[in-house]
Amino acid sequence: MGEDIKSKIKEYQTAPFDSHFPNQNQTRNCWHNYLDFHSCEKAMTAKGGDVSMCKWYRHVYKSLCPISWVLAWDDLWAEGTFPGKI
Amino acid sequence: QLGLQDATSPIMEELLHFHDHTLMIVFLISSLVLYIISLMLTTKLTHTSTMDAQEVETVWTILPAIILILIALPSLRILYMMDEINNPSLTVKTMGHQWYWSYEYTDYEDLNFDSYMIPTQELKPGELRLLEVDNRVILPMEMTVRMLISSEDVLHSWAVPSLGLKTDAIPGRLNQTTLMAMRPGLYYGQCSEICGSNHSF
Repeated sequence: MGEDIKSKIKEYQTAPFDSHFPNQNQTRNCWHNYLDFHSCEKAMTAKGGDVSMCKWYRHVYKSLCPISWVLAWDDLWAEGTFPGKI
Repeated sequence: QLGLQDATSPIMEELLHFHDHTLMIVFLISSLVLYIISLMLTTKLTHTSTMDAQEVETVWTILPAIILILIALPSLRILYMMDEINNPSLTVKTMGHQWYWSYEYTDYEDLNFDSYMIPTQELKPGELRLLEVDNRVILPMEMTVRMLISSEDVLHSWAVPSLGLKTDAIPGRLNQTTLMAMRPGLYYGQCSEICGSNHSF
């Protein structure tokens, strides 16, 4: 299972089709992957697991989310005022 | 130039053929109607009593229904074709601004650049007015590319007629469209949603 994710991360080309978000509006796709990356990081550091496993979410949100959105959210995250549920 | 631009993507090709098919139907109906009007206007015959015309009324109810079905079926086919699930090999984001587009290629490393229209005074001979830009978007051909379109300020619309694409750029929303260029070349488009004084520029 760990090996599958590692090879998936290594062979990353672009965000694959996500059936949770099949339609034209991909805003939630970008948002949820950003949230998933941070909650994965938080959970892994709490349990002492391997944080590099969370890289998949990072790759996906980096592919999908506009740079300005990511920068704005990163600033909120750094300030601790990020509105998402992590 | 008469008609739509040459198709670069398979969807645009389908749209071209559909357009030809529908336009032909429209021309046929219009010429039939014009002919009948000219017949009506150039006769001295009159008929003043009530007319019973069940047969022709049935014909000119059923026939338009059939014609409409003949138009709707290819239309729906293309509509569903545009919505097919495909796994893209590349994602390119484009953000609309007043009054330029910025492009981001972030699958591997962050690459982004702005693309301004070249003002008319600075055009070199042979360049197309209101279409040329300083930094062009380079895309691989024969690969499914996911385009994610959004805006940083007001509504814009990213359109490339040759690829059959037009998607609105809405601030706070990420609109997805799929692109597949089947031949190499240079394709132009203009902003298709009014966005201020330099709209389409």
